[in-house]
Amino acid sequence: MSATSTESNKFIIGIYDHEEKLLKAIKHIRSKGIEIHDALSPFPVHGIDPVLGLKDTRLHTAGFFFGMTGTLTALSVITFISKFNYPLIVGGKPFWALPAYIPVTFELTVLFASVGMVTTYLIRNKLWPGHVPRIFDKRTTDDKFALTFAIDHRSSADIEQIKSALGETGASEINTKEFKDTDEPLN
Amino acid sequence: MNPYESPIREALINGEDTTYGKITDDIVRNTEGTPPKSWMIAFALASITALFGVFCLGYTVWKGIGVWGLNKTVDWAWDITNFVWWIGIGHAGTLISAVLLLFRQKWRTGINRAAEAMTIFAVVCAGLFPVFHMGRVWMAFFIFPYPNTRGPLWVNFNSPLLWDVFAISTYFTVSVLFWYSGLMPDFATIRDRAKTARRKMIYNVLSFGWIGSAKQWQRFESLSLVLAGLSTPLVLSVHTIVSFDFATSVVPGWHTTIFPPYFVAGAIFSGFAMVQTLMLITRKLFSLQNYITVAHLESMNKVIVLTGSIVGVAYITELVIAWYSGYLYEQYAFYNRALGPYKWAYISMMTCNVISPQVFWFKKIRRSVFYSFLLSIFVNIGMWFERFVIIVTSLHRDFLPSSWNYFTPTWVDAGLYIGTIGIFFTLFLLFARTFPVIAIAEVKSIFSTSAVSAKKKMADPQDFSDVHSHSHDHGHGAHAVVHHDKNFNEQ
Repeated sequence: MSATSTESNKFIIGIYDHEEKLLKAIKHIRSKGIEIHDALSPFPVHGIDPVLGLKDTRLHTAGFFFGMTGTLTALSVITFISKFNYPLIVGGKPFWALPAYIPVTFELTVLFASVGMVTTYLIRNKLWPGHVPRIFDKRTTDDKFALTFAIDHRSSADIEQIKSALGETGASEINTKEFKDTDEPLN
Repeated sequence: MNPYESPIREALINGEDTTYGKITDDIVRNTEGTPPKSWMIAFALASITALFGVFCLGYTVWKGIGVWGLNKTVDWAWDITNFVWWIGIGHAGTLISAVLLLFRQKWRTGINRAAEAMTIFAVVCAGLFPVFHMGRVWMAFFIFPYPNTRGPLWVNFNSPLLWDVFAISTYFTVSVLFWYSGLMPDFATIRDRAKTARRKMIYNVLSFGWIGSAKQWQRFESLSLVLAGLSTPLVLSVHTIVSFDFATSVVPGWHTTIFPPYFVAGAIFSGFAMVQTLMLITRKLFSLQNYITVAHLESMNKVIVLTGSIVGVAYITELVIAWYSGYLYEQYAFYNRALGPYKWAYISMMTCNVISPQVFWFKKIRRSVFYSFLLSIFVNIGMWFERFVIIVTSLHRDFLPSSWNYFTPTWVDAGLYIGTIGIFFTLFLLFARTFPVIAIAEVKSIFSTSAVSAKKKMADPQDFSDVHSHSHDHGHGAHAVVHHDKNFNEQ
């Protein structure tokens, strides 16, 4: 399952009214061996990741390495400046006065970790100003929950099975939608 | 998050008929149509004040720092007082968005968006003062270490003033990132209900093309958690470093080891007071009483009385330690602070910060909108005086009596201070009008546990089974609550 696949253009969209219904539906549909393309919700639904079979994100690991980069950058630059490039006597203290460098090192650690993580987050989530996404159903940012199924390469029997599974699990609506290009204008 | 919450815990989303859709309507409505007349009046007043502030900034640059009331003894006064005051106000926003997220306090969802916005605007106002105090503002970038043709001439990494440069700029950047990453899903909500193509386009650009897929939300939650974990020590470090500006000097009255925790507590105290002021205005202006409830106000008042008491203890500790130190100059600094020519400022500080918030021990006052507003103003005033007292009373009687002096502000000092209040409110009102002033997605995420309408369902097994199609093979009625708890745990 992929978050935003550009290969498929035709989708079945099942709409649910409540997050608990959505969770149950995902369990039921996946147990039948039907592949779910994506789940859309107006807020983070608790416990959806294991049910959907999503792997844990590695964003926080990236954050750690960005932070370490900040620590090393701060320490090496300050060391270069204070010890080698511009040694300056301040209050008779050693040129390399580590305790005085802790605040700046800490700040740069936090700065690098945050900026790096947010950048990674934006790239991985395909978020940038001016990006026009595929909107499956406008109400999924308001009060509806949706399950989407890519059906370009599926037989009509498969499609019927998806539709009946959606009906069984209490979907309030079952819609189909076809995207013309990869970049749909906002409709 | 456990989907079950005890019915005796106070609801955080009021309104009998609230649904997900209604939450969207109620919050997004403020960005649509023509703004209320009260908003127009407030905006006009704020922007006129802001323009006067900009004029004073220009006047300062044109004429020089001499137009301020500073003299050879008191060479830091209103500028740095205002700086510390604004930075302190900013701290509550981060505390609400980061620390309360780590502590899983659900009441943060109603106020975190506006509090974070407040942080950013407060830091903008704060930053103006040290930058303009440099005199030649166009050379302000000299404070950053970068390779240059002047030597190389580097900044001094042993100086707390430089630490401040890094602390404030990191704090500003991280606050903006945290705030904006939370705003994207809500901008998408506004986009998806927009009626005109132009509005759709603008809000899509602002939302960065968010759709709310499962993977996006997973990364969103990971990002929020880590940013909260980073912001928590960050916010403590920022005010610690601000206090180092004073504590690492050798001026009696400043050279105090208690400063870092004392400043941090004071920052949270003043920040919560400003959040309280803003929230009371916002909920009234945009009729958001169902989302910024009396329960929210009460929680904030509890923080105010706690931090106010910590600040009170710090004031007394300072006096006792000065006496105990046996150090003549330190003793004189505090004697002069409490009983000298700036006695009036000291008394204002003590009254507003230590005595007045103590009324919040009474539940009735804690839950009163009127008293919350009144006391939040008191605290804002008191905390400004605290910084003024610390800075000016420690400086104005130098070691040599021939250098003793008295500080009087000029109209430019006053204009700059009032001007930043104008800038702050202009930015805040613009934000409240065009951005979702409450975190829509986050409020929805606590809806099923903390809304009045959801709690009613929880107490009623018939309604409940509609959503959760468990077979109810045992007790209804009296055992309903226990029974549901069990069902939820199974899920």
